[in-house]
Amino acid sequence: MDRTTLDAWVGIFVVVGITTLFILALKVGNASTTFNVGESYRISADFDNIGGLKVRAPVKSAGVVVGRVNDIQFDGKKFVARVTLNVDRRYEFPKDTSVSILTSGLLGEQYIGLEAGGDSAVLKDGDTIKLTQSAVVLEKLIGQFLYNKAAEGGSK
Amino acid sequence: MVPIWSWGRLVPERVMKGLRGVGHQVVNGVWRLGYATRFFLVTLMRSATSFRRFRGLTFREIYFAGVLSLIIIIVSGLFVGMVLALQGYETLQRYGSSEAVGTLVALSLVRELGPVISALLFASRAGSAMTAEIGLMKATEQISAMEMMAVDPIARVIGPRFWGGVLSMPLLAAIFSAMGVFGGYLIAVVLIGVDEGAFWSQMQNAVDFRQDIVNGFIKSVVFGVAVTAIALFEGYDAPPTAEGVSGATTRTVVTSSLAILGLDFILTAFMFKGV
Repeated sequence: MDRTTLDAWVGIFVVVGITTLFILALKVGNASTTFNVGESYRISADFDNIGGLKVRAPVKSAGVVVGRVNDIQFDGKKFVARVTLNVDRRYEFPKDTSVSILTSGLLGEQYIGLEAGGDSAVLKDGDTIKLTQSAVVLEKLIGQFLYNKAAEGGSK
Repeated sequence: MVPIWSWGRLVPERVMKGLRGVGHQVVNGVWRLGYATRFFLVTLMRSATSFRRFRGLTFREIYFAGVLSLIIIIVSGLFVGMVLALQGYETLQRYGSSEAVGTLVALSLVRELGPVISALLFASRAGSAMTAEIGLMKATEQISAMEMMAVDPIARVIGPRFWGGVLSMPLLAAIFSAMGVFGGYLIAVVLIGVDEGAFWSQMQNAVDFRQDIVNGFIKSVVFGVAVTAIALFEGYDAPPTAEGVSGATTRTVVTSSLAILGLDFILTAFMFKGV
């Protein structure tokens, strides 16, 4: 085969291959959101129970992704889970923002929900959120339901 | 008390023959493994030529290993993706989550099927060709002729083929995965009518760049090294007869397929433990 034709084919192959890698990363994967976070600040919150929350789970406010879970640690003194969040620097939240662990859909994965309060002072890097609501554990919920039903039955 | 060296006389000759056969096989296997490792290291050490004359030597090998494998990779990727979408939809719609079919197709392709199936196809298309070519070069004494002319056959013949294969394999795996996702899209969205927005957004939520795409890429690089090294070694080691070359070609496909599947298990165990 002619040298230039061969070069052209190899060139096309390599360009197509590398382009598909980029397409896979951006269109199929979440590289576009991973690298697009930009500047962020760090806030933490203590939970009694984090359920199935994982590192890199989204932090949402009003349903919009505003950050990601950076780290989850167990506090051996207070026996709570300490969750560190990376929040995009473009968004500022009041000091009395409440944070809860929610589930997307019935069987979806868990994420952090931020609900803004009314304070005029805003959260800064390294702050801790006081108002937290733990993940709902299905077994506890069912147990409570059964207990209430039993109590109802007893009172009749 | 019978001394240890005369135990053989107590055992029937047929049993001893069988035992000797097993011992011979083991010694031979270990010897070949060592020879293959040395061959691989020598190839790596003498691959400077493949990069110094990249356009002259290695380009040709990328053409033969990569460009000519494109058709089989694209067609197989498309069909694998379409079958995954059909089967996945069939199961997922029972649980009312047919939108998750995009996640299923993308994750299984990027993590497992893309690297593994494209490596298996690569082994049977490009690997067997490499073995047959080098085996025949050896049988017709072209390799000895090169040595006579003080041309190093490892640097001139083996090195460029090795790097051509190693550079082509990850690109082929990426093309396979992308075509598979496109095939899944065709079946799920165009044919069945799954919601397009949910299909892509659920896929993007589930597929992680570092965890899935980079790991899949690493897998394909490892498979590329394994397949090309096995193919080149089998060719170089083939007995210089017609029978020897045919046996070596068969061994290339069998050994590299087993190596791909075994390596895939080991890599998966390391990459996705408990995540």
